[in-house]
Amino acid sequence: MPALCRSCLHSFDQGPRCPACHSPHVRAHPELFTLSIAHMDCDAFYASVEKRDNPDLASKPVIIGGGRRGVVSTACYIARIRGVKSAMPMFQALKLCPDAVVLPPRMKLYAQVSREIRKMMEDLTPAIEPLSLDEAFLDLTGTARLHGHPPAVMLARLVRRMKDELGVTGSIGLSHNKFLAKIASDLDKPSGFSVIGKAETAAFLHDKPVRMIWGVGQAMQAQLDKAGIHRFSDLLRWDKRDLHARFGAIGDRLYHLARGEDRRRVSANAPVKSISNETTFFEDTSDPDLLDGHIWRLAENVSDRAKARALAGRVVTLKLKRANHTSLTRRVSLRDGTQMADRIYRTARALFEAVGDQGPYRLIGVGISDLVAEAEADRAPDLLDPGAARRSGAERASDAIRARFGPGAIRKGRSLR
Amino acid sequence: MKFSIERGALLKAVAQAQSVVERRNTIPILANVLIEAEGADVHFRATDLDIEVVDRAPAQVERAGATTVSAVTLHEIVRKLPDGALVTLTDDSAAGRLSVAAGRSHFNLATLPKEDFPVMASSEYSSNFSAPAPVLRRLFDKSKFAISTEETRYYLNGVYMHVAESDGGRVLRCVATDGHRLARIDADLPEGAGEMPGVIIPRKTVGELRKLLDNDDTQIAVSVSETKVRFATPDITLTSKVIDGTFPDYTRVIPQGNTRRLEVDASEFAHAVDRVATVSSERSRAVKLTLEEDKLTLSVNAPDSGAAEEELAVAYGDERLEIGFNAKYLLEIASQVDRENAVFLFNSSGDPTLMREGNDTSAVYVVMPMRV
Repeated sequence: MPALCRSCLHSFDQGPRCPACHSPHVRAHPELFTLSIAHMDCDAFYASVEKRDNPDLASKPVIIGGGRRGVVSTACYIARIRGVKSAMPMFQALKLCPDAVVLPPRMKLYAQVSREIRKMMEDLTPAIEPLSLDEAFLDLTGTARLHGHPPAVMLARLVRRMKDELGVTGSIGLSHNKFLAKIASDLDKPSGFSVIGKAETAAFLHDKPVRMIWGVGQAMQAQLDKAGIHRFSDLLRWDKRDLHARFGAIGDRLYHLARGEDRRRVSANAPVKSISNETTFFEDTSDPDLLDGHIWRLAENVSDRAKARALAGRVVTLKLKRANHTSLTRRVSLRDGTQMADRIYRTARALFEAVGDQGPYRLIGVGISDLVAEAEADRAPDLLDPGAARRSGAERASDAIRARFGPGAIRKGRSLR
Repeated sequence: MKFSIERGALLKAVAQAQSVVERRNTIPILANVLIEAEGADVHFRATDLDIEVVDRAPAQVERAGATTVSAVTLHEIVRKLPDGALVTLTDDSAAGRLSVAAGRSHFNLATLPKEDFPVMASSEYSSNFSAPAPVLRRLFDKSKFAISTEETRYYLNGVYMHVAESDGGRVLRCVATDGHRLARIDADLPEGAGEMPGVIIPRKTVGELRKLLDNDDTQIAVSVSETKVRFATPDITLTSKVIDGTFPDYTRVIPQGNTRRLEVDASEFAHAVDRVATVSSERSRAVKLTLEEDKLTLSVNAPDSGAAEEELAVAYGDERLEIGFNAKYLLEIASQVDRENAVFLFNSSGDPTLMREGNDTSAVYVVMPMRV
C-alpha cells in the first residue's frame, strides 16, 4: 500500500514506520498518491498564534473571544479537553475552565499569518478557495508533474512548513471532492492527515449522521429528522424527485452527497455573496434610541465595505437575537439596489419597526445581499422621498471628507447614540 | 338543506367565492364556502378575514338550511360538470357530508359546521353612493398597475380612493404608487359621495372588485367607512377592510413646472420601447430616451448583452434632453393610453416626468427617471 512519512516526506510501499527516518508518523492509503482535492484547516488557529507569540501560554488553557457577553471564537486544545467549544457563551466556558487565559482577538495579526499561509499554498496551486482566515480548499489536480511529487507529499510539506516557519499547525483532508475533503480534515485533528478514497466513500458515509454536511444546521436537521433521515444510509432510500419535492434545491444536493458526489469546483475567486455586520450588547436592551444608533453604525459599516468593493445590495437584512437566544431575521428586496448608508439604514429601520416590540435583544445585525455592481444601483430615486437626493449628496460629500481626513473627521449625530 | 340549481349560476357564484379563499390556510374553515339556502335564493359566502364576498343565486329550495364545504373542491366539481346540468346539493348534517348530484355524477364532500364560519361584523357606513360600473372600472384599471408590493410600506399596497379638488371642482379620485411611478385617475363625483372618508383599498380587493364591473349597465352601490368598504351589485356583495395607514401626500410628487413637451403615438412608442428593451439587462431594464427637435431616439446599451437603438418621429420643440427610465414602467404607462397621443412633460434628467393622454388631466401618470 502506498505510504508517506509525514516527518521526512519519504514515500515508500510497506511498513508502519518510515524506512528512511524510522518515524511512526506514517499515512498509508491505497489511493494516497492519486487523490488531489484537499481541505486544509488550521488547528485552533487564533489560540495557536497567541501561544506562538507568548510561549508562557504554551501549557495554559487559552480562549480567544470577546467581552463578558461574547462567545468563544477559538479555544486551544487544552481548553477543549475541559469541554470548551467555539461559539459557546463565555460565561459557560469560564465555568468549565475557570483558569483559562481569555484574550481578545487580534484580527490584524491573524490576517497577517493567514496571508503567509496563503503564500505557501500558492506555491502548490493557484486553485485555492479560502473559507476563512484559517481554512481553505486546494485543488492539486495535474500538479504532480510540475512539483515532481504527488499532491499528498506537497500537502504534507505545506503543513510542515507552516509549523516550522509560522509556528501553527494544520490538518489536511485529502479526497476526491470538496465535501469529503472537508469531512476528512476534521477526522484526525490536530496535526491530522486523513484520506477518504473513492473505493471506501460509500462505506465511510453509510453510518455517518447527515449533520456532518457543512450547512446542515439545527433547523435543517429538524426537517430531516421529521422525514426520518438521520444517517446517510437513510438518504439512499430516497428518490431524487422526492427529495427535491420535500427540500427543494438542497434536496438535490443531499441526493448526490449521500452518494459521495460533489461536483463543485475549487474556485479561486468565490464571489462575495453578502456583506453584513452585527454587534452583541453588553447588556440586553430594548431602548429604541440605543438600537437606532446601532442600526445606523452597522449600516454605515456595511455601506463602507460595499463602497470599498464597488458593490451594492438588492436585499437588506435585519437580524435580532433575543435574550433567550432565539433569532429574528427580516429581509426585504429593493427594486433598486443600494450601497448608501442612508438607504441601508432606512430600510433596516423600517424592518425593525415592523418587528414590533419583541425585545430585549442581545444582538443586532444589518446586512446586504444579492449583490450587484455599484453602477447598477442607486439609480432610481424614490418619488415619495424627495429629500433622498440631498441626503445621498451629503453622504458622498462626507465620504470624501472621511477619505481625506480619516474616518472620524465627520459623523452623523445619530452615530453617537 | 336541499336545493337544485342550474350549473351555470352555481359555477359563477362558486368561482367568485373560491377566488377570495386563500390557497394556504391554517384555519380549515377559511378554505370553505358557507352555503345558505332560504326562500328562492341560495347565498354563497367566502372570506379570508379581510375580504368577504356574498353571492346570491336563484335556486329551487326544497329544504332550507346551511353548511360549509371546501370552496376549491366544489368549484372544481362544478367546473367539470356538463353545461346546462341541474345540480342538486343535499346536506346530511348528521354524517357531516354534502351530497352534490348532477345526472349520473354523484359526490360526497366533507362539511364543517356553519356555526364555525366567521361572518364579518357589519358596520356603519358613513357614506353611501352609487356609481356606474364603467366609471369604477376606469378608476381602478388605470391605477392598479402602480400598486406597491413592498411590505415595509404597507400603506402603498392598495389604491387610495378619496374625494379631491380638481380645477375648482370636486372629483372622485384613485391614486396608487410604489415610489417609482404614480397613477392619479379622476372621475365625476357621484351624488352622495362628497362626505366619503379617504380609504386605501387593498390590492386583493381591487382584483376581486374587478369581477363585479364587467357589465356596462350595472350600477354599483358603494359604501365607505373609516375601516371598511363595500361594493354591491344586485347579486354580489363584496366587503373589505381597508388598509389601516396614512397614504402619503402625493400632491407634492406630481410635477407642476415641467415644460418640455413631447407628443408621441402611444402604441408606436410602446412597441419601440419593448423592442429596444429586449437587450437590456434583466435586472435594470434601463432605456435611454434622447429628445431632439421632432425626433426621439430610444437606446439601450448593456455591456453584457448588447445594444439597441430606434428612432421615432415625434412632436418636440425644446432643448436636447437625455433621460433614462425603467422600460417596464414606460410600457405600463404607455399602455394606459387608448384614445389620443401620449403627452410627456419633462423637466430634467433627474426629475419626475409626467405623462397624460392628450390634454386630458383626468388621468395623469408620474414616473421617476433612472440614471443610465
